[in-house]
Amino acid sequence: MHPKRKKRLWLVIGVVIFSSAGIGLIAYGLSGNINLFYPPAEVAAGKAPHGQSIRVGGMVVEGSIQRSTSSLEVRFEVTDYAAVVPVIYSGILPDLFDEGQGVVAAGMLTEQGLFQATEVLAKHDENYMPPEVADALEKAGKLP
Amino acid sequence: MAWTWFHRLGSPPWIYHFAGRVLRYLLPLTLLMLCVGAVWGLAFAPPDFRQGNSYRIIYIHVPVSVVALAGYYVMAIAGAVSLIWRMKVADLMMRVAAPIGAGLTLLALVTGAVWGKPTWGTWWVWDARITSMVILLFLYIGVYALYEAYDNKTLAAKACAILSLVGTVNIPIIYKSVDWWYSLHQPASIKFTGGTTIDPSMLYPLLLMISAVYALYVCLLLLGLRAGLIDSESTTNWVKREVLGEH
Repeated sequence: MHPKRKKRLWLVIGVVIFSSAGIGLIAYGLSGNINLFYPPAEVAAGKAPHGQSIRVGGMVVEGSIQRSTSSLEVRFEVTDYAAVVPVIYSGILPDLFDEGQGVVAAGMLTEQGLFQATEVLAKHDENYMPPEVADALEKAGKLP
Repeated sequence: MAWTWFHRLGSPPWIYHFAGRVLRYLLPLTLLMLCVGAVWGLAFAPPDFRQGNSYRIIYIHVPVSVVALAGYYVMAIAGAVSLIWRMKVADLMMRVAAPIGAGLTLLALVTGAVWGKPTWGTWWVWDARITSMVILLFLYIGVYALYEAYDNKTLAAKACAILSLVGTVNIPIIYKSVDWWYSLHQPASIKFTGGTTIDPSMLYPLLLMISAVYALYVCLLLLGLRAGLIDSESTTNWVKREVLGEH
């Protein structure tokens, strides 16, 4: 290789390494802000701010959904299997919202530790399968 | 040292004819793969147990997203070659890759939003995956715009190459964003290591569509390269011979 080209090759490698390191450090420094939501364990540990708009994400606890008979109000609990956060929400829920499914709720923590949600989003997981396969797995008790 | 194959890549007439020969076979093959993959995925693959039919957008969303990421490396490597060897063909390849990549990224964002509305309950959320994809779109558009902004095209190629090289850091960030941070976007279903969490009956048409969009990318790149070569070499004898049909 021509020495001039070799020099430029090292320059290119240098640009890639140093810019990656710089941006990597910025991303690492901001990682707390890049997270879309707080898991219930961090809410329980008091790391989530009160009286300020945040998001909480986790799985809806089986058997925790209570719908009001007279309004759109719904109460449920969100867990990351380490802690539980009770959520109250009034509005239309996405189709995929169900017990045992992932959700991300936006809203505010009240002083009583209740999460007053203004928006509830369903979080889909990475499992895709036909209904027959899901039925078979469910019968075997192995549905993810 | 056998550098002849590499230096031949820098010869415009050789590339022009080579691209033409490849396209003659690749273009029909790409169209066939796209048709078979789309019909298989949209009509014959089974519905998902939880999402029903709305998951079928995976057959467009995943292939265009994968190729949008891979295409960035094509642009950045072409940029590096253009910086190191001052090769005009590499410079042209970088410029051609930018709008194709921007188109694919935009398609990935739009199809994602269309799927997000019924599945998540929102068109848009600023999570790590989606935000880093928007940055990718801006990088592609930025490279394209930066080149147009310079009058001196040698300087333009240099600036674009450096911008695309700096942007490469974004690609692993996009890829790993769903694992590194809490995001609304689900983690990958197809993994290089470990189990794949998508049923084989849905996976095969998806793999076919991914291959088809890769092939489509190569076709678009070669078509753009040929058009760009004719344009930039328009005063040379080989282009005159080509256009006038004198062989």
